Amino acid sequence: MSEILVFFTQTNILEFKLPELKTLAKLSSVPLTLNENSHDKKNPFLVLDLQSEDDAKRLMKRTVLMRSMYELWASAKTHDDLYSQLAKCPHHLKAQYVQRPDGTFRVKVDAFGKKLQDPDRQDRLDKILGILPFEGKVKLNNPDQSFHLLELYGQAGSKTPDKPLRVYFGRWLMDGQRDQIRHYHLQKRQYIGNTSMDSCLSLLMANQAMVTENALVCDPFVGTGSLLVAAAGCGAYVTGTDIDYNVLHGKGKSSRYNQIWKGPDENIRSNLRQYGLEHCYLDVMQADFSKCIWREQPLFDAIITDPPYGIRESTRKIGSDKNNLVNHEHLQNHVPSCTKYGLTDIFRDLLNFAAKFLKKGGKLVYWLPVYTPEYTVDNIPQHPCLELVANSEQPLSVHVSRRLITMRKHLDYEEARESELQATVSDDHYTESFRYRYFHSAGVPEQKAKADARDEQDPLDRERKVQS
Amino acid sequence: MKLLTHNMLTSKFMKGVVKGYPLGIVASEVKEVAVDYNPDFVCRMIPKLEWGSLCSAADSIGKLGDLPKELPENIESNQDFLKKVHHLLMEVEVISGNLICPETGRKFPINNGIPNMLLNEDEV
Repeated sequence: MSEILVFFTQTNILEFKLPELKTLAKLSSVPLTLNENSHDKKNPFLVLDLQSEDDAKRLMKRTVLMRSMYELWASAKTHDDLYSQLAKCPHHLKAQYVQRPDGTFRVKVDAFGKKLQDPDRQDRLDKILGILPFEGKVKLNNPDQSFHLLELYGQAGSKTPDKPLRVYFGRWLMDGQRDQIRHYHLQKRQYIGNTSMDSCLSLLMANQAMVTENALVCDPFVGTGSLLVAAAGCGAYVTGTDIDYNVLHGKGKSSRYNQIWKGPDENIRSNLRQYGLEHCYLDVMQADFSKCIWREQPLFDAIITDPPYGIRESTRKIGSDKNNLVNHEHLQNHVPSCTKYGLTDIFRDLLNFAAKFLKKGGKLVYWLPVYTPEYTVDNIPQHPCLELVANSEQPLSVHVSRRLITMRKHLDYEEARESELQATVSDDHYTESFRYRYFHSAGVPEQKAKADARDEQDPLDRERKVQS
Repeated sequence: MKLLTHNMLTSKFMKGVVKGYPLGIVASEVKEVAVDYNPDFVCRMIPKLEWGSLCSAADSIGKLGDLPKELPENIESNQDFLKKVHHLLMEVEVISGNLICPETGRKFPINNGIPNMLLNEDEV
């Protein structure tokens, strides 16, 4: 057994850290016991008991939320405690890493939540080198072994205490895959849209869905294909559908600053080509999600998707309130009219779709937008064939957030039991449309007054009132 | 549209259609693209295929070649066969044409390789 120190990145998706860690442990079959309740999600450090260094390194192969991992040598409340622990450092560690005149090393001092002054750093370095007389050569760039003193002073926003809350000393093992976020960054992406998913979150979703090589992955609200890029990056073959012709064919107005129309090579396929992943592209199709186009069978290994919320992308399906027939002579170039597709229906359809088309053990990963003051866990849609694996929040504003839901298909879908095997939601979150909530934030008096005042000022609205 | 995708599509979502499978293909442009050969993926896909419809789809666009009408046994070790299936599933693409519902004859156009499976508002 060895104690491993994990240093997480600090983002607004703190709740995602442990679900990602648990998923990666499962994916790389590393035995992991976590006491989730004892971990403060704001604390960037976490100590794990792992069986070997090799296990630790396997955990880091795909992580986007863990920054680095260290073999923990000592951890204490005060510096003095830490130094006395280091003085009692086991012989095998000393023999392997300290008494090594042939190797190179460095010692770094880092603080979290405080800026250390140079004399303080030097003081700490001297103390450590006094206790652990490293015999190798100092090399600051790319040494054989890197040792770190890490000090925690609390989270951003809180008052910085004089003394650290906790100090750790360890040997660096491996960094996570943060450079993948830069590699797939949207700024350099060939084709993007208004709601393209950020590369970090896309990679996280592919991790949550446990996408592996040769898997078949589907996104039924594919948009510009950013989730397909992340899945293909994990070696999966990808396919998707969308209702919007312009998005799939790369036509119409561009979402890029300083560019009016989409260029000739802006489409989902060229996004994959950009990263050398075109061989993973199967197809995208124009389809209405409420009308299932697939032959029924457990086809997909994972379904990852970000459905429209009705704010920046409209929620729609084919249909019309009027009873108009399409004239035969116009049929050739007819664009079907759309009607509202409520979020409750979208998520119910999504769960039913996943229950039918995921293979057993496959994952469904999707975002559920919520109005925070009224959200309860009963708002999560359920399906007898699917079990909830993870549910983590990303705050978007004071009143609104979205939750990344991971579900696993644990039961086969049987056609004969269709009436029982249906998605349900015990407490419908979208009785009032999410769009209305988003813009009115009803229930909060000042917000409501402001929104009403804005409506009053709206010139179109005023004109209409005058006319009436 | 690749033939792998075609094999997975139905028009069952239409009113009154019972099976809607397999969809007919009337192609006006077919292209062959090179895709890295991956025997593991082909082996994973074969059990999900309706073999008969793959053969008839390939035949209808003149790409059947000498593919056997019955799925042979021990395919994992038969590289020659897997390469042929890989070619059909992944490298043959219908760029434009129509998919046709076998029960109603409704056409679903394919443009730039992307099938349009939308119905009109009076059909839903």
